[in-house]
Amino acid sequence: MTVPVVDRGGIPVADRPDWRWRSWDERDPGRIPVLIALVLIALVFQALNGAYLSADNLVNLALQASTTGILTLGVVLVLMVGQIDLSVGAVSGVAAAVVTVGFVRAGWPLIVAVLVAVAVGTALGAGYGWMFARLGVPSFVITLSGLMVGVGLQAQVLGPTASVNLPYESGLVRFAQQTFLPPVLSAGLVVAVVLAYTTSRLVDRRRRIAAELSAPSLGATAARIAALAAGLGVPVWYLSRGRGVGAIVAVFIGLVWATDIVLRRTQWGRSVRAIGSSVESARLAGFPVRRVYIAAFMACAGLAALAGVLSAGRFAAANQSTGGADLTLTAIAAAVIGGTSLFGGRGSAWSAVLGVAVIHAISSGLTLLTADGSLRYIVTGVVLALAVTVDAVSRRSRGVPGR
Amino acid sequence: MTRPPVMSLRGITHSFGAVRALIDVDLDVSAHEVVAVVGDNGAGKSTLVGVMAGALVPDAGEVVVDGREVRLSSPGLARQLGIATVFQDLALCEDLDVVENLFLGQELRRGPVLDEVAMEREALRLLAQLSARVTSVRGPVSGLSGGQRQAVAVARALLGEPRVLVLDEPTAALGITQTAEVLNLVERVRDRGYGVVLVSQNMADVQAVADRVVVLRRGRVNGDFDAETASYEDIIAAITGIAPTRRRGGVS
Ligand SMILES: Nc1ncnc2c1ncn2[C@@H]1O[C@H](COP(=O)(O)OP(=O)(O)OP(=O)(O)O)[C@@H](O)[C@H]1O
Ligand SMILES: [Mg+2]
Repeated sequence: MTVPVVDRGGIPVADRPDWRWRSWDERDPGRIPVLIALVLIALVFQALNGAYLSADNLVNLALQASTTGILTLGVVLVLMVGQIDLSVGAVSGVAAAVVTVGFVRAGWPLIVAVLVAVAVGTALGAGYGWMFARLGVPSFVITLSGLMVGVGLQAQVLGPTASVNLPYESGLVRFAQQTFLPPVLSAGLVVAVVLAYTTSRLVDRRRRIAAELSAPSLGATAARIAALAAGLGVPVWYLSRGRGVGAIVAVFIGLVWATDIVLRRTQWGRSVRAIGSSVESARLAGFPVRRVYIAAFMACAGLAALAGVLSAGRFAAANQSTGGADLTLTAIAAAVIGGTSLFGGRGSAWSAVLGVAVIHAISSGLTLLTADGSLRYIVTGVVLALAVTVDAVSRRSRGVPGR
Repeated sequence: MTRPPVMSLRGITHSFGAVRALIDVDLDVSAHEVVAVVGDNGAGKSTLVGVMAGALVPDAGEVVVDGREVRLSSPGLARQLGIATVFQDLALCEDLDVVENLFLGQELRRGPVLDEVAMEREALRLLAQLSARVTSVRGPVSGLSGGQRQAVAVARALLGEPRVLVLDEPTAALGITQTAEVLNLVERVRDRGYGVVLVSQNMADVQAVADRVVVLRRGRVNGDFDAETASYEDIIAAITGIAPTRRRGGVS
């Protein structure tokens, strides 16, 4: 064993002090390869089709990706506690049906229709959570039954016409299709986020120094701030050359940002990661394990419902195929590709953004090249297999057997 | 020299299906006392630890802490009553780092958010107190050796000044130096006025620190010895049940 470096207080200090101040997610090596993959995908498709990286295409890509992204965010939460929800697509379909039928046929005010739709989804999630946490039914079975129930419910709500259109001038359609953040607002938001991040970094650094803990150098801090500023600023600037940042894109990023803070900075978030890592240890540590499970399933289904509502707005309609087909699998694939472990305990809210970006970058590129959807499935499937393999191998290399 | 016990177990009985893991077990722990619980594999030691930790609710029997009967229905409750436990399998979360594991379930907060700085400082202090050599307190526990993990689990039990410290085979994974550290620690904790329950298979450890030795055999208390006067042979006999010993709690 190496002899520990000892600081003034006789405290053994890590051999690599710069390692210690980083929080778990920043150490996660999963992010860099995904970013590299994203760049490669972009370069390849741009070489094949010059329109690929145009602002207009990217604006559309961002809109498409955002509803799937919201679903993915929910899936990330459930995966983090080591469970799975196979019904997110169906739940989003139910919510889309509820919001359109409620608004168009029943004449509810839009806000009521939206709230009811999200509440229905959340209630389904509560049901899953209860059955899982109280009765111990495996989550993939519960949510698979939920999927069937959801598909049936969706058909019942839609009624015999099986398709309901939303008027183009309705608030939901306008919000989802035509609302973009004004450039001033999006620029202002970027500046505000960067400032907030800078402040929190500097305060954190000051506190660490005051507590005689290892702290990052000012240079390293500045580099991180610059990376964030570029990571947010460049896309926002580029999208603004087209129609700009769509409202649902902003909703998606806002939800991810908030979830990320909850996961990393609160006790609830800590309990989520602890449960995903080892339920028994989390229980012995005194976490309210059942309640956390239930909350995770509720949040997942609630987000799925919100995604369904927004996609009803984006397509100005709800029908039986809304939320169907491969949507659930795409969302789960995106979560894993983005770096959330299928085995629980490891992951981040931002993996929803990364994963969905990869999947939609591929599918948008292939759509530009050929109209044939079959290739898209094959490529996405291969990428998913790759991501899961990386996940399983990295788990094994850490000495933890797969489940 | 009789002190009122900080914690007493009375008539604890527990079964896992058909397996009777604990039968009418009594155990007293006083302040300033190290009680060793010894017994063969499967004797019920870890089950008893589970009861004290609030992880298992026994089928029958009562737990008295500071003269009041309590129901240890959850690990959090046991902790609140000042009973801290190091489990045999340590109950760490592999994916979480050392600081996160140390404060698991007892996170320090600043308003609504976690206070990582305070937790890290306290973690370093506790680990230094145990002379634990942990390479990086921000590295995941999956990267630690068995002894380092043990140190993390022990440090966690010391958080928040417990009154009773329950250790389930704490030296099983440790080398000579680390074992000595843990035993030193047990003595220090006792001298600070805590009661310690030390479950062990290692008679050398037991004889080094224990004031009393309670033998479990097939779920029953099969002897309660004063560590000063009891002979090694007596204890071994009670553990294995081979030679006649002073028995308590019926036949085995
Ligand atoms: N969760 C469980 N389910 C069923 N049986 C159990 C369970 N836990 C323990 N047992 C049984 O209860 C008995 C006592 O087990 P316990 O783990 O308390 O023994 P121990 O004295 O700690 O043994 P060791 O020295 O191997 O740790 C054993 O026969 C064991 O098989
Ligand atoms: Mg045991």
